[in-house]
Amino acid sequence: MSYLFATATEEQAMLSRIGVDSIDQLLQQIPKPLQLDKLLDLPPALSEMELEQHLRQLASQSSGATSRMCFQGGGAYDHYIPSVVDEITGRGEYYTAYTPYQAEASQGTLQAFFEYQTMICQLTGMQVSNASLYEGGGSVSEATLMAMRTTGRTGRVVIAGALHPEYTQVLRTYVGHTSTEVIHIPVGSDGTVDLTKLAGAIDENTAAVIVQNPNFLGNIEDLAAIADLTHAKESLMVVSTDPISLGLLARPGELGADIVVAEGQSLGIPLQFGGPYLGILACRNDFIRRMPGRLIGETIDRTGGRCFVLSLQAREQHIRRDKATSNICTNQGLMALRATMFMAQMGPQGFKETAELCLQKAHYAARQIAAIPGYTILFSETPKFKEFVIQAPQSAPTLIEKVAKAGVDIGPALSQFAPIPGMPDTENLLLVAVTEQRTKAQIDHLVNLLK
Amino acid sequence: MDLAALKYAKTHEWVAIEGDVATVGITDFAVQLLSDLVYIDLPKPGKALKVGESCGEVESVKAVSDVYAPLAGVVTETNPSLGDNTEPLSSDPFGNGWLIKMKVSDLSGLEQLLDRASYEKHCESEAH
Repeated sequence: MSYLFATATEEQAMLSRIGVDSIDQLLQQIPKPLQLDKLLDLPPALSEMELEQHLRQLASQSSGATSRMCFQGGGAYDHYIPSVVDEITGRGEYYTAYTPYQAEASQGTLQAFFEYQTMICQLTGMQVSNASLYEGGGSVSEATLMAMRTTGRTGRVVIAGALHPEYTQVLRTYVGHTSTEVIHIPVGSDGTVDLTKLAGAIDENTAAVIVQNPNFLGNIEDLAAIADLTHAKESLMVVSTDPISLGLLARPGELGADIVVAEGQSLGIPLQFGGPYLGILACRNDFIRRMPGRLIGETIDRTGGRCFVLSLQAREQHIRRDKATSNICTNQGLMALRATMFMAQMGPQGFKETAELCLQKAHYAARQIAAIPGYTILFSETPKFKEFVIQAPQSAPTLIEKVAKAGVDIGPALSQFAPIPGMPDTENLLLVAVTEQRTKAQIDHLVNLLK
Repeated sequence: MDLAALKYAKTHEWVAIEGDVATVGITDFAVQLLSDLVYIDLPKPGKALKVGESCGEVESVKAVSDVYAPLAGVVTETNPSLGDNTEPLSSDPFGNGWLIKMKVSDLSGLEQLLDRASYEKHCESEAH
């Protein structure tokens, strides 16, 4: 039978096989008010040639980061992707088998995940990494649940300052119907978490303190101080980080992080309408059995050859069902592969140079923007990496739109997110990020547009 | 260990009682069923347990199984030689492979457990 269409005869054959007379009878169990009693409002069918022309015309209306100047921040960034990333991940062997269901038969893919885990550990300063989760926000929640399992505490989790508002939302969704209390500590006047308030909020029931660094506002938090406050109450510190920033900043593992998570989009994954992205999660060795998702291990086969296996899968959903460590039962294989190729290509030196370029260009841009009358860089005294908040003389969405018409993208406006405690609630605040890809001429162009 | 002197739960835990202190482990039957053990997770001392409550996990290469509390009480001690090392459990489940000791709060719970003969019958029925 063709999968493309069902003729009246085929339809009848299927209905009689099930034992009903008509489609109406088949759908009887759906209550009448829920049934659509009219035809779908679709335009007439097109021939293949017409359809292709139509789609090309639609496609020509969209433009991406490659044809524009991207200064956008807020969790997804326009970083350079070496061409080798597309070349290797596009190979059929990888591309078609990105999530191996007969895992041990896909040695190449497993080896790539093994390398991914190794490099994520080196980058974050942690001892174990899983083979990826879906995206950064989910990773924050999974890390929080993991902290609950590890500490045996479910009473409270504490969000330290400017965590990405969408990550906060995901976390609240995960624990919203449980008895866990989510305490959100405001940012202080310097744009980082208020340490005094944080100290007061961490108690004996606190499973985790979640902190983003650099935080959502671009500022660098005092991770070591937060770790001390957290560990004083035997809670765990979950750090959500920007992997590129680790080319310059101390690794979270060295500053006391117990679980490190990240959005891995910066690692060789293009900006693409919000996904697919990559959830990174790494932790200390002691927590390995509380870790969600899959983990690739190395062993030897019966002839003594090096080989790779899916480890700890007995805890996954397909075996452990309702008692599984998490409801994550797969990983983001193809994106993890991109990250692997990206990290391998960049190497420690490449990471360092990229991070330095981001830092210097962002600081140049911030200085230039601050010099425009009417514009202020918020928290200008606080150390930053590649992103900062500006206060514009007009509403941020209007400004973003104006600049966009000239082919330059900035933002997002802070007003499009749920408010961050401690932040002034104003329409005029927006984020600007500057990656290694932006040239001085482009930054100067942006500055002119803002004037 | 005199196996006939022990009490058994249908979920394959064994209990040796001495005063109000129970030593709990899992039986050789359970260990064989699980095969290839890789990890044992035990409760922290001080944890209060109800009868039938999950109080630990035994993980093999292909499965994770719960250990259920055969009696109500408070965990006083866990076997320090277990964890990543599963060898004592595989080689001597009724001796060196014991899992926890607990102070039993209600000794009448013992009456609900099986003796060796009934437990063997129960295993036979499960094996088929």
